[in-house]
Amino acid sequence: MLSRVADNLYWMARYLERTENLARLVDVSASLMLDLPQRLRPGWQPLVSITRNEEIYGEHARDYSEKSVVSFVVSAAKNPGSMLTSIARAREIARSVRDILPREVWEQINELYLYVAEHAAEAAAKRTRYAFLGHVTASTQTLTGMFEGIFSEGDALSFVTIGRNIERADMTSRIVDVRAAAMMAAVNAEELRPFETVLWMSVLRSLSGYQMYRLKTRARVYGPGVVRFLLAEENFPRACVCCLRRVEEVLHRLPNSQALLRRVARMRRAIAHTQFEALEQSDLHGFIDRLQLSLARTNDELARIYFVGHSAPVSTITAISA
Amino acid sequence: MRIAWDEYPAAASFDELIAPGGSPRPGASALLEFLSALGPQELVTRQKAAEVAIRSMGITFTVYHEEGGSIDRAWPLDIIPRVIALDEWRRIEAGLRQRARALNMFIDDIYHAQRIVHDGIFPRAYLADSVNFRLQCVGIDPPQGIWAHICGSDLVRGADGTMYVLEDNLRVPSGVSYMLENRQVVKRVFPEVFEAAGILPVDDYPSQLYDMLRALAPAQLEHPEVVLLTPGIYNSAYFEHAYLAQQMGCELVEGGDLAVGDDDVVQMRTIDGWRRVDVIYRRIDDLFLDPEVFRSDSSLGVPGLMRAWRAGKVALANAPGAGVADDKLVYTFVPAMIRYYLDQEAILPNVPSYLCCEPQHCEYVLANLDTLVVKPTNESGGYGMLMGPQASELERTQFAQLVRQNPRNYIAQPVISLSTTPTLVDGGIEPRHLDLRPFILSGRQVQVTTGGLTRVAMRKGSLVVNSSQGGGSKDTWIVDTSVDHALARS
Repeated sequence: MLSRVADNLYWMARYLERTENLARLVDVSASLMLDLPQRLRPGWQPLVSITRNEEIYGEHARDYSEKSVVSFVVSAAKNPGSMLTSIARAREIARSVRDILPREVWEQINELYLYVAEHAAEAAAKRTRYAFLGHVTASTQTLTGMFEGIFSEGDALSFVTIGRNIERADMTSRIVDVRAAAMMAAVNAEELRPFETVLWMSVLRSLSGYQMYRLKTRARVYGPGVVRFLLAEENFPRACVCCLRRVEEVLHRLPNSQALLRRVARMRRAIAHTQFEALEQSDLHGFIDRLQLSLARTNDELARIYFVGHSAPVSTITAISA
Repeated sequence: MRIAWDEYPAAASFDELIAPGGSPRPGASALLEFLSALGPQELVTRQKAAEVAIRSMGITFTVYHEEGGSIDRAWPLDIIPRVIALDEWRRIEAGLRQRARALNMFIDDIYHAQRIVHDGIFPRAYLADSVNFRLQCVGIDPPQGIWAHICGSDLVRGADGTMYVLEDNLRVPSGVSYMLENRQVVKRVFPEVFEAAGILPVDDYPSQLYDMLRALAPAQLEHPEVVLLTPGIYNSAYFEHAYLAQQMGCELVEGGDLAVGDDDVVQMRTIDGWRRVDVIYRRIDDLFLDPEVFRSDSSLGVPGLMRAWRAGKVALANAPGAGVADDKLVYTFVPAMIRYYLDQEAILPNVPSYLCCEPQHCEYVLANLDTLVVKPTNESGGYGMLMGPQASELERTQFAQLVRQNPRNYIAQPVISLSTTPTLVDGGIEPRHLDLRPFILSGRQVQVTTGGLTRVAMRKGSLVVNSSQGGGSKDTWIVDTSVDHALARS
């Protein structure tokens, strides 16, 4: 397989996954606002923090109002991390590898792009937001299903799988980090206590993990339990450890992957052996920081071994760790 | 409701399906009977079905916009086919083969002994001014002596029914994928008629192309690596590049995927390291192929590619420099070439042409701008032309200035009133002008596609068929008339 094609498939999968994660984030932030008393609402700023675009946001708007933040995250063309930019990039890349993608995959990506471009404004209004975000999530899930259902196993699918899972692990860890920090650092932490369960439930829901959490733990929702579930649960597809395991599985089939395999296995063990119950918030933040750094290095290592010499799209992760 | 063909508006032009008086042309009777029984409403329904099929099959072409980036447009297809009777087609096919042979001999001669120049058939001065003559190609011996492996020649029919060659595209002709896809779509929407009408299948072009390319591999390898080199997704023919690569089962590469080492071998970068490339079907113009030799600012090409080609380490199709014959001035010499190299008369005539670089011709052209089409010798896509009869006085004056400044750059031709064919327009059937682009593959043997890509001007009276300028397309049927007659009688 051509290096450029592998590079493109990897990034296409990342941008598609990012599109889905952004839809989930906006959705859950909105519902969280409805669940909390007004004086305790965390506001919309965390959404900008999670996508790590505070600087660009400064040029976009002066306040963190619902409308400004949502339009920034969903439709702002100037935001390199917005949903519209992500799906547009995914589409552009898909066009360049059209000869190896099943036709249905290309059409689904194309239609999703057209849908987001045309309906993005609907995300800003409460009444239409839910349907819009639901459509985006369902469409990307359809794509994931297509890769599973009609794409032959081989190098092409391997790079799609790696891209999707690296992006997913990255986003899950960011969500945990930002939400945990917001909760612990709240000035009115005591007042927030009664609502802690609601907040952690919203974190689980943003990753469609609430039901799976209940089934797995059969316990009430509490902070360290949720953190453990989202980072270390072997069998939940959006948990970091599960994403890394899937990356490992396909790396086995690729040439020259020994060094990468060692790195990913190390990351996986580090997460699995952490006692989340004993971690202070600052320890958790440090832990996630190291995890993200390691994900960024994995990304760079992939580029060095398989893609080198071709201009890859700007990696948000690499940009941050640099 | 049946369609009454005798009410079809007769025009001054030759119609491809309907003779004066409303009777069918040879080969068209089964089709006309079928369409007539279908009725106009059902035709509109099937046209819509075709448009849905095109969308779902993802058949597109790319238009580039300054602001919106590149936009994929659905490929425009009019479902009423264009028909050519088999016996006429056999003659056209023979004419195209003859032409491709002579053109390849001309190119090979130009880059070697230039006999045709020494023998006074082709003037040396014309060669000196040719923008597509490449000094870097002199003395090179490409495999089998073939330079233009893939040629797309544009044919038009005049008012008296004569089929003329309008131009030969020898650089990177496109359109063949649409010819193949048009047939797929029309088979879907008119399945009934294919069972009976004696329509010849369109050949398995991608296999023929692949076999031809494979045979160019420098060493006698069992599995040579054949790749298609594209400028990328912003190119208007990108769909075709991806389509042909997919159909041939070869890699679709961009310049950045390839590199040439000190040993002059071309390699492509894969996830498993470098892999040797033996044959490149390049869809990039000469000047962008190799920044070491041609335009140094080209990021589309591969540094060192010409070196590899000259060393015989890689085959390029079409060969660099083949465009020397893709020049409207050279075009006017094709009948003379056929006489000179093959000792035959041209089977297909050229459109009569005036060379502006010949003082007498030029005088005539400047005096008759209102009746002539004036064309730049090295443009494609219908750009930079003057359509004399439609132009304003001011446009003609300005164009006369251009011709005087650079006469070598222009030829002029009488306006050919392109033939028409019934076309679905706003739910009715009206005549629209069309041309035909068959594709000729030259390898160990010369093969011509069965029919070609028919392009049709969708605006009433317009002679501009280019899809970038609002043209549409049609499926092209070569019909075995012995079958068609039997059907019409039964």
